[in-house]
Amino acid sequence: MKFIDVLRTVGFYLFALMTVVPAFIVVLSRNIQRSVFALLFTLFGVAGLFLFLHADFLAATQVLIYVGGVLVLLLFGIMLTQKMVGGDLRSGKIQFIPTLVAMVILFSFLLFLIFQTPWHSKGPADFDQTTTAIGTLLMTQWVLPFEIASILLLAALIGAVSIARTRRTSE
Amino acid sequence: MNWVEPGLYHYLVIAALLFCLGLLAVLSRRNGIAVLMGIELILNAANINFVAFSYYVTHELGGHVFVVFVILLAAIEAAVALAIVFAIYRHFHSVEVPNVNVMKG
Repeated sequence: MKFIDVLRTVGFYLFALMTVVPAFIVVLSRNIQRSVFALLFTLFGVAGLFLFLHADFLAATQVLIYVGGVLVLLLFGIMLTQKMVGGDLRSGKIQFIPTLVAMVILFSFLLFLIFQTPWHSKGPADFDQTTTAIGTLLMTQWVLPFEIASILLLAALIGAVSIARTRRTSE
Repeated sequence: MNWVEPGLYHYLVIAALLFCLGLLAVLSRRNGIAVLMGIELILNAANINFVAFSYYVTHELGGHVFVVFVILLAAIEAAVALAIVFAIYRHFHSVEVPNVNVMKG
């Protein structure tokens, strides 16, 4: 095993830990702000895993949209809906133990399925640069879903604004 | 088979774990925004699976295109769901999910 392979393996496990351990904090922490900042690390970890899978465009998109967009949106949501001075940032859980048991069972079932199924793995692919190829695919084979997605984006924008707007006249 | 070197199974196990944690958050957290974070975890687990299968099994970029759409949908979902959370907060003065138990507008 060459040195670069050792380095790659160690890096993979570091990113895997960076993904999984904060995910536990997201679920288990009672402080909702701590959950959001743990989610930041999970999303960065997933971007790192994408890099290990030679998905450079997706790693960049992950950081840009999730960390730059969705996470900031969630932070805004928390800051606008929690009473910061009153100190009720804590939020508990309901029916935690039965759900935990069900999830452990589900996880072991998924593990069983993962290791039972013959996946026909052909080994690692040699993706060069994915951005050009993804752009070509989006404009040729997937052009209809691409356009529908843009219409959906417009509809969601209008819908979000009209839901979140305060209606002073009707009340 | 070498189990230390990262392969398809490692990514699948990570994704399964993320999926179960996300579902746990969706089902057991009281805060509406924490439920949204659980949904993000679930979508990320699906994305890892798409990219891992694209890299190890199909050797095509269709999975990557699908992940682009999933990320787009996640952004849309976060925007609309947060708008709903704000509307709920204005109406019930709380974002705790168990408090929202009437459907009267």
